[in-house]
Amino acid sequence: MTLREGPLLLDLQRLSKNFGGVPALAEVSFPIFRGTVTALIGPNGAGKTTLINCLTGVVQPEGGRILFQGRELTGLPPHEIAALGIARTFQNLRLFPRLSVLDNVLLGLTSQAGSSLGEALLRTPRLRHRERRLKLAALEALDAFGLGGKADWPAGILPYGDKKRLEMARVFVSQPALALLDEPVAGLNSQETAEVAGLIRQLRRQGRTLLVVEHDMELVMGVSDLVVVLDGGRRIAMGTPEEVQRDPRVLEAYLGRMSVTA
Amino acid sequence: MRVSRGQRLWWFIRRHHTGLTVWLAAALLALVPLVVRNPYQLGLLNLIGIYAVAVLGLNLFIGYAGQISLGHAGFFGLGAYGSALLTVHGWLPPWPALLVTAALMAGAALLLGIPTLRLHGHYLAMATLGFNYIVHLILVQWDQVTGGPSGISGIPPLQVAGFAFDHEARFFYLVWGVVLIGVTLCLNLMRSGVGRGLAALAQDEVAAATLGVNVRREKVRVFVLSAVFASVAGSLYAHYYSYVNPDGFGIFKSLDLVIMVVVGGLGSVWGTLLGVTFVTLLPYYLEFLEAFFDLIHGLILVLILMFLPQGLVTGLWDHLRLAWAKRRLAAKGGTS
Repeated sequence: MTLREGPLLLDLQRLSKNFGGVPALAEVSFPIFRGTVTALIGPNGAGKTTLINCLTGVVQPEGGRILFQGRELTGLPPHEIAALGIARTFQNLRLFPRLSVLDNVLLGLTSQAGSSLGEALLRTPRLRHRERRLKLAALEALDAFGLGGKADWPAGILPYGDKKRLEMARVFVSQPALALLDEPVAGLNSQETAEVAGLIRQLRRQGRTLLVVEHDMELVMGVSDLVVVLDGGRRIAMGTPEEVQRDPRVLEAYLGRMSVTA
Repeated sequence: MRVSRGQRLWWFIRRHHTGLTVWLAAALLALVPLVVRNPYQLGLLNLIGIYAVAVLGLNLFIGYAGQISLGHAGFFGLGAYGSALLTVHGWLPPWPALLVTAALMAGAALLLGIPTLRLHGHYLAMATLGFNYIVHLILVQWDQVTGGPSGISGIPPLQVAGFAFDHEARFFYLVWGVVLIGVTLCLNLMRSGVGRGLAALAQDEVAAATLGVNVRREKVRVFVLSAVFASVAGSLYAHYYSYVNPDGFGIFKSLDLVIMVVVGGLGSVWGTLLGVTFVTLLPYYLEFLEAFFDLIHGLILVLILMFLPQGLVTGLWDHLRLAWAKRRLAAKGGTS
């Protein structure tokens, strides 16, 4: 099977980042094609989360470029990157526990909610109309991710699996051009993992573009079009799941250890 | 399916409950001067109203957006002195003076907020405390302009078309009208995308930013807004008492304002009114403990923050919400 290539959505070029002199990312390059699922794998400390943090502006890379639809992302603050249509989940859930489930999802639509303070204070008809539309979209997203009926619960009291789904709903409610999922199945049981795999396939069928950071090999191999392998901040392999699985460097760095324990 | 009249009424109430609550409060408040005839008691209610305006704004900044300010008595005082100076010298009539002062305070808060709101926690507390300290020092020391410790007297009352708000019952309607406008603005803000962004950055700045919230700008904006509320409250204060001196605008007043926020509940608009009432009336009921007031205020603050970190009203409300949600979960038989 050869790599399915669509139009280029995001191009990472020689991205580098050091933490206290230790390289977390060393000249990492790879493309993300529109409408595909790209998986980013590698052992702990390989630089996967750092890479996602660079993509979303949470940390600034020291070298290299990130081109998103031809636009340079490095140097932009997180809120501007979000407004361009890049949404993410976090490795350790970052919901707003005291806000309602609905408000958490509505926050995924921040860029569309308007930022005029005067409009907000006066609650103009235009704002009311827009809020109704956004609320509808948010409720639909909650239904789609199996959280219908829990809209007015405080997010903090949801069971863990629901929290994971809520974070996904918050990402996809805005129909982002690129969704970054940082370990979407960490801490889930095998049935819930299978559900998430189904969701990812469904989102891909709908034409969404996803970058998935994951340890779960079965999930990665089952859903990805392109797999990028990091180790010690370097890209050591890239290709279709089949190609990567056969790559001796990958087997040595990562899959070797996995297959022993599996 | 036929819809009964009762059901329609219920839907109407549910859909417009926020606005209806404000109108209900307005109707109840309108009756107060008809019942409370004692000017001393009305005077206390007016003082509560003045503080409520300032604390509504402060609660947006502290309770809702999760920041800290120990300097809002500074904005309150500058608002009072601004209105006093502009009107005593006959430069402006009271209403334009109030607006000009509020605009000046917005500018001052912007200048103060841009550098200091990069700070967090203790550092932000110290920076705002320093601001208030400097303001108080200027009010006391610059006596050619501020009148020094003896202050400024002879401030004219606010008036509309020759109708002066110059005695207790008249001022009651004015100040509580302003309070209800403030309440409405706060409730509106909280039900908007901007308000959600503030509530989000209070809990997790990184997550809020990656969702598209411009964290630094939002913090500065809500700080400026809260300073404008405090300034308007200060102007009302000056025109009501027709006299200002630096005593009411020191750092301990700032602390009192924070205690009002905490008693009322962090982020709770209606709770604010309760918190202000409680803290303002406390000295009148505990007069025999006068020497220990700072101690008592400190004790209240520590106890609430220890046992209900979200503040009294919000803390209790959270407990209730949690209990309800758990009961519903149990009723569903754990099908989640």
